Amino acid sequence: MNLHDVYLLSPELSLAGLAALLLMLDLVVQRKRLLSILSIICLIVPAGFVVALWLDLGRDNVPQMTGLFDTLVVDRFSLFFKALFLGIVGLVLMASIDYAAKFQRFQTEYCALVILSAVGMMLLASTQELISIYIALELTALPLAALAAFLRESRSSEAGMKFLILSAISSAVLLYGMVLIFGFTGSTFLKEIASELQRLPLSGDIPFGSYALLLGIVLMIAGFGFKISAVPFQMWVPDVYEGAPTPITAYLSVASKAAGFAVILRVFYTAFPASIISVDWGAVFAVLSALSMTIGNLVAIAQNNIKRMLAYSTIAHAGYIMVGLAAIAARSPQEETFGPAGILFYLGAYAATNLTAFFAVIAISNWTGSDAINDFAGMSRRSPFLAFALAFAMISLIGLPPAAGFIAKVYIFGAAVNSNLVWLAIVGVINSVVSAYYYLRVVRVMYLSPRLSEEPISISPSIKLAVAISGAAVAFFGIFPLPLLRFAEEAASILPLVAIAPR
Amino acid sequence: MNLENILILSGIIFCIGLYGALSKRSMITILMSIELMFNAVNIAAVAFSRYVVPARLAANAASTDEKVLQFLMTGQIFAIFIITVAAAEVALGLAIVIAVYRNRETVDVSQVNLMKH
Repeated sequence: MNLHDVYLLSPELSLAGLAALLLMLDLVVQRKRLLSILSIICLIVPAGFVVALWLDLGRDNVPQMTGLFDTLVVDRFSLFFKALFLGIVGLVLMASIDYAAKFQRFQTEYCALVILSAVGMMLLASTQELISIYIALELTALPLAALAAFLRESRSSEAGMKFLILSAISSAVLLYGMVLIFGFTGSTFLKEIASELQRLPLSGDIPFGSYALLLGIVLMIAGFGFKISAVPFQMWVPDVYEGAPTPITAYLSVASKAAGFAVILRVFYTAFPASIISVDWGAVFAVLSALSMTIGNLVAIAQNNIKRMLAYSTIAHAGYIMVGLAAIAARSPQEETFGPAGILFYLGAYAATNLTAFFAVIAISNWTGSDAINDFAGMSRRSPFLAFALAFAMISLIGLPPAAGFIAKVYIFGAAVNSNLVWLAIVGVINSVVSAYYYLRVVRVMYLSPRLSEEPISISPSIKLAVAISGAAVAFFGIFPLPLLRFAEEAASILPLVAIAPR
Repeated sequence: MNLENILILSGIIFCIGLYGALSKRSMITILMSIELMFNAVNIAAVAFSRYVVPARLAANAASTDEKVLQFLMTGQIFAIFIITVAAAEVALGLAIVIAVYRNRETVDVSQVNLMKH
């Protein structure tokens, strides 16, 4: 490990250092609120390193820099995700400042755990070796399990327990898949797996070319499917989302999902390039995507608790994003596809949208003490700002202009049509129409139902700022999508370069 | 002793663990079953690194010495990492079991169902 490795790892190292610093300052500083604010301000340091690394890549004009015995890879793709995670962490911490008063003297531990989990996600986006991927995955999941149980009352500890058990089972399954692939190819490095797969004789009759590979890849898809909450690995989502502290639910629903997609894209582009086994994994993702969209949306209709409803909506959105994965697989590497850029743009737009929705819910239910949709009645007069933000987020989740969700859906369904997956695009559009029913129900309750009490809702400046920033991002990316689109395209353009050339 | 036997053993242990994790009611037993699943993976990892990697290296005569060592150890290192992470997982699991027990006075997962609708 030399100095260059340290530089490549600097965003993660500085973030982990920040977590350690917070825990130490916690021993001497009495005003915990100050530490929460400090943690948000200090995020500038890793963000600065991310920008420096991005500029370095541009100046040297290299697609990627590798370090730490080739396990760590820094390219625009990983830097896109690091920037996304830093933004999400900043907003989540900002929204938690008041919520964290519930934990009293454990506020700083809460911030440190959120940050540590973000370190895991950032590593996940930039490793190209199976063991490192597994370690990063656990570094992401374990703090999240602790955070889900952080309120330490019945529901919260139940949520933590369910998350921990199911994530442990899923990582055991994922590991078995990884080990089978390691056994089949003799290497844990994604690139060497790919070159070994090209060398080995693969039969055309068996899916994926061989039974060992079939089992290994299916088990890995199952493990990653849990992280992105795709059907049929979605059972944990509603219970954990309902029981966990709401800022953590927001964090889980956007950051954990984005990390899952980052690692899926990396693994399938690098280790199993389309030239070797394209058709098969494309078909797997197409089926999972259609199932996730349909089941997520249909079950969401029946929900009365807004956190549960948003939980099922994230399952549906995992389905929409997987349309992009299926679209990538359906094209050969030479042909242009905007699947990867579509996925990245969707993740960015979806992060802003979902954070807006959850932050508005945090502010409202912190005041009313209830997560039931019916208790949001008349919110348009009790708090016009929050009601408008929540309504705008719902419009973005449906995918209507002028919100960011519209551009994201156009882009990702366009990629599907471009890859001759018209049926999947049609399923997606029908599902968007179905989803309008339950999203608009929230808007109707807030704007048309008679209010339950006259009392206006007072919100603290920190959460107001968090709602305003994320809501402004939704509007900005909806009206001026080009900057984010260019960012996503530049980040995604790296992936086909990394994949080795077809035989 | 050949690779097939070890892999069959690993598969059997993995299935026992998975069955236990999905069917048992006590959280402690579930954590033990999960540990069984991780250990099945360890057996497979070590077996692969003993049998498959040397064969592959013999096929690629061009590999350098450094590379040989790196590949020979991969499976064992994988196992060590899995053991370490599994220990952390169990520690957190037991902490959450205690939190659940303080709230409910039970660790029976079939009774921890406040949010089932």
